[in-house]
Amino acid sequence: MFVYVIRRFLTAIPTLFVIVTLAFFLIRVAPGGPFNQERGLSPEIKANLEAQFGLDKPLWHQYLNYLNNLLHGNFGPSYNLPDFTVGELFANGLPISIQLGASALTLALIIGGTLGIVAALHQNRAADYAVIATATAGSTIPTFVIAPIIQLVFALSWNLIPVGGWANGALLNKIGPVITLALPQIAIVARLMRGSMIESLRSNHIRTARAMGLSQWSVVIRHALRGAVLPIISYAGPAAAALLTGSIIVETIFAIPGVGRYFVDAALNRDYTLVMGTVVVIAIFTIVFNLIVDILYAVVDPRVRYD
Amino acid sequence: MTQSNDPILKVRDLSVEFATHDGVVRAVKGIDLNVLPGETVGIVGESGSGKSQTMMALMGLLASNGRASGSARYRDEELIGLPETKLNRIRGAKITMIFQEPMTSLDPLYKIGNQIAEPLVRHKGLTARAARARALELLELVGIPDPQRRIDAYPHEMSGGQRQRVMIAMALANDPDILIADEPTTALDVTIQAQILELLAQLQEKFGMAIVFITHDLGIVRRFSDRVYVMQSGVVVETGPTEKIFSRAEHPYTRMLLAAEPRGRKAPPRPDAPTLLEGRDVEVTFDIGGGFFSGEPTKLRAVDRISVNLKRGQTIGIVGESGSGKSTLGRALLRMLPSKGTILLDDRDISHADRQEMRPLRRELQVVFQDPFGSLSPRLTVGQIITEGLLVHEPSLSAKQRDQRAIEALREVNLDPVMRNRYPHEFSGGQRQRIAIARAMILKPKVVVLDEPTSALDRSVQKQIVELLKQLQSAHDLSYLFISHDLAVVRAIADYIIVMKQGKIVEEGTTEQIFDRPKDTYTQTLMAAALDQTRFRTTAA
Repeated sequence: MFVYVIRRFLTAIPTLFVIVTLAFFLIRVAPGGPFNQERGLSPEIKANLEAQFGLDKPLWHQYLNYLNNLLHGNFGPSYNLPDFTVGELFANGLPISIQLGASALTLALIIGGTLGIVAALHQNRAADYAVIATATAGSTIPTFVIAPIIQLVFALSWNLIPVGGWANGALLNKIGPVITLALPQIAIVARLMRGSMIESLRSNHIRTARAMGLSQWSVVIRHALRGAVLPIISYAGPAAAALLTGSIIVETIFAIPGVGRYFVDAALNRDYTLVMGTVVVIAIFTIVFNLIVDILYAVVDPRVRYD
Repeated sequence: MTQSNDPILKVRDLSVEFATHDGVVRAVKGIDLNVLPGETVGIVGESGSGKSQTMMALMGLLASNGRASGSARYRDEELIGLPETKLNRIRGAKITMIFQEPMTSLDPLYKIGNQIAEPLVRHKGLTARAARARALELLELVGIPDPQRRIDAYPHEMSGGQRQRVMIAMALANDPDILIADEPTTALDVTIQAQILELLAQLQEKFGMAIVFITHDLGIVRRFSDRVYVMQSGVVVETGPTEKIFSRAEHPYTRMLLAAEPRGRKAPPRPDAPTLLEGRDVEVTFDIGGGFFSGEPTKLRAVDRISVNLKRGQTIGIVGESGSGKSTLGRALLRMLPSKGTILLDDRDISHADRQEMRPLRRELQVVFQDPFGSLSPRLTVGQIITEGLLVHEPSLSAKQRDQRAIEALREVNLDPVMRNRYPHEFSGGQRQRIAIARAMILKPKVVVLDEPTSALDRSVQKQIVELLKQLQSAHDLSYLFISHDLAVVRAIADYIIVMKQGKIVEEGTTEQIFDRPKDTYTQTLMAAALDQTRFRTTAA
């Protein structure tokens, strides 16, 4: 297993390299550059700026330069937020996004998982229909609808939570964004869990467990759930990578200083270094969480062995 | 061990219904049944007769759309309608059950020792340590080699026979009064079947529990039961002592079942018959494991330098247990798998023919598979399925001519041509296998590889398929490679037999030689296991 993990980290290096290379050239194929603004700068100033950031050099030179910096852990300066380096932006914003994302994912797994199990145990009865209806609604209503509703109801009408802002991570400020992030995930996890639990409950070894007179708890939790949890793990890996790297909608509506908005902002502004930074961060998260998924698989299912 | 005291299990007027999309289906229609302490009761019937559902009902194991009514009393307790918590004190403790599917009946995620211990902790209140010690004894009892080590094995690390032994250990853990065995050996190889049956008989002698044996296999019933219930379409049509049922069956259905063993022998082809398909030193190896980082894969030699010579009009039976390489050999000879060695079709070397060169030859080499459910595309009509090959091999045919050929092909396999506009799921297993045969025959092939074509079918249907294959063979002078683990079927259809074990031929010869005078010890074991089921249970047991 240890050898396997090392091997996976080694294979991640070429993967990252390919992603970085593709992203580097793709963003430069897009028309415009970081200093083409609506009210265009005078050509002299633009040339000066480009010289300062090395953008006047040939593309291959810029590319090698970027790789060299990246290898030394330097993401470079942000072109549009000149007071910060990309590294600083992530150091400030990433912990916030991770906190929100992790809380939302935890909620989704616990609540969605429980709902899914309850629905599966009452297949085609009232409880099941209620869960499915809620889950369908939950996954069809977009976050930009849910978030303002939460603000309206909980913040403005009932005054329970602040409308937005981070306030150094005060608990009340987290409630709105976490719920908004969690709701669609709860819906997805509930549906997934219901499906895989129904299948698991139908399997022959569950029939054996019942025939042996084992308790309902043992049949459902010890035997059925452990097998049913595998598809949830597969889903949760990539979902975690997406949630922990922030959401532009939620962070914008609730005025959260996370990293979710960087991807879109940076791409629109041709902030090359910030786009690259975001790509690298998301890529690393995705690779790491996929690895965690594979390790968890082997932990849950003894048939999966990587040696 | 028949004792003349009161039944411990009394089933009266038991019915089982399933609510389906097509309305309510009555699987069991009011049956009566008794089980006396320590006796062995056989419940025989073909698939769909309701034999399993009867027992599932009293174990509370019906599917969620199933409903049982009537009465099933264990001693003084009514099982039908008993709340689950009370039922759980009986099942697994007093009445236990083992199933047909040893490969999937154990939880793949837990060690077998833990799974055996679970019912012990539950019903006897043993501590984890005591339960483990008892599990070890039980593993020894059911003949698992090296139980000290195997107690920590996971199910996937064991063979089908061993998993069934583990199931038996679980079922006997709490010293039950009744063991229900639902087709416990159907999924196993014949030699393993014999061992499991032997084990059950021994354990019964030791523990004295009653066994209810649900099976479609009359050989097993004859050998192991004291009394027999014959079921057809949810009703018990005949019951009585085993010997009476087998010697003086009264009900026509019972007689039909008894006559359903495939009979007859096939005459060998004429001595001057030309060789159609010849394999010389055919070898197939599979790579196991290996990869970019893990280095050289291990080689598994699935077929190890085998030579086969199939004449026109001949049927070669290839027999062996699962994993012996018999299916792989069949596929290699059809060039469906890469292999070493030489393969000749009509004296033409096809061992190196590529896809393009093989295509026109494919019509002469057809194949029928074991699984009549999986091998027909569910989204095509039967007509489309059987004429698909014509599109490739006779592209000049008009739609009308193809339809005509479909009609002829269906008639030839004794199906109503009207059925060509229906979909596979509307047909029974036997009918589907006829469709699969029609699909092969429509191309007028010379060689047909039949890979376990009857294994998924009931005995009486098997017999019909065997008859059909024989008719087609003599009508079209076909050559068959008949791959099967079922020796009774092979004896009825093949004139030459190859016995395979671990990729090698252990013995080959005419059907008479192999069945009447087997030389190799493995062949002898195989024959003994398969044919020994004709003797009755000795009443001393």
